[in-house]
Amino acid sequence: MLLLILFIVLLAFLLKKKRNVENVKQNIIDAARDEMEVVKTKKQFNKEWFKDFLKSEAFKNILASLVCVVLGLLIGFIVIIIVNAQNSPKAIMAILKGPLNAVKWKKSLAIVIFKSVPLLLCSLSIIFAYKCGLFNIGAPGQYVIGTMFALVAAHAFDAPWYICLVLAAVGGALWGIIPGIFKAFLNVNEVITSIMFNWIGLHLLNYVAGPDMDLMYNLTLAECKKLPVAAKLPTFGSEAFFDGSSFVTVAVPIAIVLVIALLIILYKTKFGYEIRATGFNKDAAKYAGMNYRRNIIVTMAISGALAGLAAATFYLTDYEIYSAVKQTSLPAMGFNGIAVAFLGCVNPVGAIFSSILITYIGVGGSYLDTTYYSSEIGNLISAIIIYLSAFSLIIKTIIGKISFKKKSKKALKEVKEADK
Amino acid sequence: MSEYVIEMRNITKSFFGNVANDNITLQLRKGEIHALLGENGAGKSTLMSILFGLYQKDSGEIYKDGEKVEINSPNDATALHIGMVHQHFKLIDIFTVLDNIILGSEPNTIGFVNRRKAAKRIKALSEQYGLNIDLKAKIEDITVGMQQRVEILKMLYRNNDILIFDEPTAVLTPQEIEELMKTMKNLVNEGKSVLFITHKLNEIMAVADRCTILRKGKCIGTVDIKDTTKEELSEMMVGRKVSFVADKPETKATDTILKVRNLSVQSQISKKLAVKNVSFEVKAGEIVCIAGIDGNGQTELIHGITGLTKLKSGKVYLKKKNITDAPIRERSKHGMSHIPEDRQKHGLVLDYTLEDNMILQSYWETKFVNFGFLRRDRIHYYAEKLTEQYDVRSLQGVKSTCREMSGGNQQKAIVAREIDKDPDLLIAVQPTRGLDVGAIEYIHKQIIEQRNNGKAVLLVSLELDEVMSLSDRILVMYEGEIVGELDPKTTSTQELGLYMAGAKRQGKEENK
Repeated sequence: MLLLILFIVLLAFLLKKKRNVENVKQNIIDAARDEMEVVKTKKQFNKEWFKDFLKSEAFKNILASLVCVVLGLLIGFIVIIIVNAQNSPKAIMAILKGPLNAVKWKKSLAIVIFKSVPLLLCSLSIIFAYKCGLFNIGAPGQYVIGTMFALVAAHAFDAPWYICLVLAAVGGALWGIIPGIFKAFLNVNEVITSIMFNWIGLHLLNYVAGPDMDLMYNLTLAECKKLPVAAKLPTFGSEAFFDGSSFVTVAVPIAIVLVIALLIILYKTKFGYEIRATGFNKDAAKYAGMNYRRNIIVTMAISGALAGLAAATFYLTDYEIYSAVKQTSLPAMGFNGIAVAFLGCVNPVGAIFSSILITYIGVGGSYLDTTYYSSEIGNLISAIIIYLSAFSLIIKTIIGKISFKKKSKKALKEVKEADK
Repeated sequence: MSEYVIEMRNITKSFFGNVANDNITLQLRKGEIHALLGENGAGKSTLMSILFGLYQKDSGEIYKDGEKVEINSPNDATALHIGMVHQHFKLIDIFTVLDNIILGSEPNTIGFVNRRKAAKRIKALSEQYGLNIDLKAKIEDITVGMQQRVEILKMLYRNNDILIFDEPTAVLTPQEIEELMKTMKNLVNEGKSVLFITHKLNEIMAVADRCTILRKGKCIGTVDIKDTTKEELSEMMVGRKVSFVADKPETKATDTILKVRNLSVQSQISKKLAVKNVSFEVKAGEIVCIAGIDGNGQTELIHGITGLTKLKSGKVYLKKKNITDAPIRERSKHGMSHIPEDRQKHGLVLDYTLEDNMILQSYWETKFVNFGFLRRDRIHYYAEKLTEQYDVRSLQGVKSTCREMSGGNQQKAIVAREIDKDPDLLIAVQPTRGLDVGAIEYIHKQIIEQRNNGKAVLLVSLELDEVMSLSDRILVMYEGEIVGELDPKTTSTQELGLYMAGAKRQGKEENK
């Protein structure tokens, strides 16, 4: 509940894009006093902010994302009908209500929250790079290197969980910096380099975590050894709340802090000003004398660190033990982060909602009645929604066109009335 | 038959509640040159776009030869024999003149283009209208003036009777402008009707028969040119009296501020040398103007001096300091201000608010940053002060996104920002491009004030009027070289034109 309130407060804060009146300290120069007047009148104006909000760009973004989700569910429903029409209403309800309808609903809720965190961090990684005009498709690679750093620290050095987290972020940052350097100094497209580094990262991890290195390999089970207790992320007693599930960890508050931190960096700092200027207009950034090379590299480092951290929040639990033998393709988490980022309107706060939503439907899929449907259907439906989320831009354009027509009609009316 | 070939009655068109055309009536007689005069944003382009079918009117009627017509697309306009020469030519560079003219309406024999038939017709047309042109030349090889002829022939080839010229003289030399005026007169003598969009009064006085003036989306009136004067027209256009002569007191050029030695710069696109071994100086208290036709190396020269492009060779000194390899920020700190040629590409982050754009060159200064955090309150205050001082207008004050602002106000914002830096050297590249008379007058005043305050000004301009009225010294660039240094007081526009076209040049020793 507390979290929910936090979300709402954050959302309101972002959408209004209001300059924080409280932040204006008392001791600023005389000149700022005049400005206070302006801020005050602004505040009164904001009483009607809900009306303004309905007209705003943010509302269009959210509407577009919602349309995407509904469309995705509709298509998913059609698929279910095709497969087995008789049981389809039950099936779609199972997906929608699944996690909350289960007998141990608190446990499945814990899994939704647990899985949302790495997804959210991956999408934050994408979002941050995107604000600087970079497309970090290297998130999966940074994710696996994060996994590597976290697991090596945990198994080989018996490091405590917080060191593992930090090292995972460092590993991801390293893997982000490399494409960043190529981009900054040689103007090599970051998409190409980071895709290649994705695979290099995966095989590096599989070597380190595999039988050849024999660092943490469990031969009988063909996967990593059990995670040392010290490296496990602490739960601070959340088991009591989630029916004994130990998956809601310190990662949740960390993720929320990171969302806030990113918002502050992007919109309140000089660095964020430069990043967004570079993302909007590279030429103007250069003209203004911004050090775009440094900015690209630092952006990629932060972006990579977020993806690396995502991996640590996933593997530093008992949920899944990494298997170098079974994991032969890039983890979907990094790629899904892209879809989540766009479904969340490329906005850190939006990403919170979209990551929870995508995870919820993914988990819901596992509650399908497997006598009528194969378990892949659940994955299929979440895949369809992820796929459609890429359409949110198109849908936004359509919404924009509709409201444009309305607006110009209204304006014409006003003109005509004025003439009378 | 009606008296008018085209009659647009009570046209209204609005965008987002802003009325671009408010109840405008325009009547074009057969065989006349009708000028459409107005400031930027007055609604000229909107009106013509409605006539050409690019926009749909909200209300009003269009009549052709007295019959009501609906024009919903450029195809409809073409069917009604309405043609348009756009400000930016719609030609394919690697095609020949002939292919460009017939493009879209190729005469064919069972699917094969019959070029001989087309060539015959075009030759007949060009003789009839006195438009000589080499049909086999490629567009990329011929001059801008020639390219415009191709556009005109394109309209004639399609049997258009109503020809719309959208700011046709912006890219031409004085000689080419004269040619164009002659062509226009030929066209009307042969029974065509011409609509001529412009904000240059001299041209209207020279060729037009009648003129319709728009201001802020409203029709101010239609006048006979022979009954009016330039001053009257400009007053109708701007709504107040405008001074044409820039008021410029004598000043003395003193210290050398900018020194450029043997500068060579490569073109970013073709990798050829765009600037060849150029040397000059700009002193405090003078305006040095680089004149020339577009594409003769001015852009590359300025990019080289401001640090946007790496130099091939040569040295640049600012206030005796060698800044040849200095980063852009360093140059800016050392007293260089730059009003860039392309305001949307370089000058502004269009998706930022106006206040964020106002600090684009100074956001890093301690007055705006506190431990890495932007001091929003001060930025806001500063931007409000600046926009007020320089009369930058926008719908939602400093919080408006720059993309939503008009071109003139975008430019004013840049000028305000760059001048407020209090630079020693102001580099202004085409600072008045595409602006209306009021804004031009204002920006000229600002530039002259900088000079009077003892700053050095390097101005790049394609507009001859601007060059002549503002500069203390003129450097003419042709094909990457400075071919002449002229004094505006002793030089005529015609002479300047000859230098610009490469027909005349001073000895090499003079520009060293």
